[in-house]
Amino acid sequence: MATIRVQHEDFDAGHEIAALRADNPAIGAIACFVGLVRDVNEGDSITGMTLEHYPGMNENALAAIAEEAAQRWHIYTSLIIHRVGLMRPTDQIVLVAVASSHRGDAFPACEFIMDYLKQRAPFWKQENTPHGQRWVNARCADAFAEQRWNTPPSGNIVAQETA
Amino acid sequence: MTLKLLYFARLRERLGTIGETLKLPDSAQDVAGLLKLLRKRGGNWESELTGRPVLVAVNQNMVSPQHLLQAGDEVALFPPVTGG
Repeated sequence: MATIRVQHEDFDAGHEIAALRADNPAIGAIACFVGLVRDVNEGDSITGMTLEHYPGMNENALAAIAEEAAQRWHIYTSLIIHRVGLMRPTDQIVLVAVASSHRGDAFPACEFIMDYLKQRAPFWKQENTPHGQRWVNARCADAFAEQRWNTPPSGNIVAQETA
Repeated sequence: MTLKLLYFARLRERLGTIGETLKLPDSAQDVAGLLKLLRKRGGNWESELTGRPVLVAVNQNMVSPQHLLQAGDEVALFPPVTGG
């Protein structure tokens, strides 16, 4: 019931939302989130960003996240589109849209999917800065955002201990 | 047993390879054992896999260090994810 797409191409959120609500008059609410490339990160200007991914695993991981949202809230359908490859500031990176009867289910389900995606889906950002390319570090705030949904932590950090 | 290893993002860059086929000795049975073996290669293998967070997926599912490996497993090593 969830639609998952990992693609290089840009997307049209209006078109995607129209497709999501077509043919289901029971849908009363669609919440959506669009993530964009910013032109500044950690004090440096960003001229571009390359998204690397683990093909196969990320489609499965995104489908599992959407399925978990469907178990927690009353939703009819959801959509996750995540782009990969080279992007520039103002470009769209990700679209999450969730359709339900009421906003009380659509809003939290959409936020839940984004929080989990940021912790569990195998994508990695590499930024272009005036000082060269650098990998974006995972943010503690994202881990806290995921944990507030009160579930076991995603994947275990396995190489923290010294050899 | 023989494993298919994959490396992504920063690890792929620092280790200088996208992956390899590795024959795991009988002394190493789980993910922790595999990492210990890789660290013994020294250089970036030791520095990148020690004291830095590394996630491991076996057959495309995140696993813990105690996860037992099976012949033919696809084992991916990567840094914490930063999508979205």
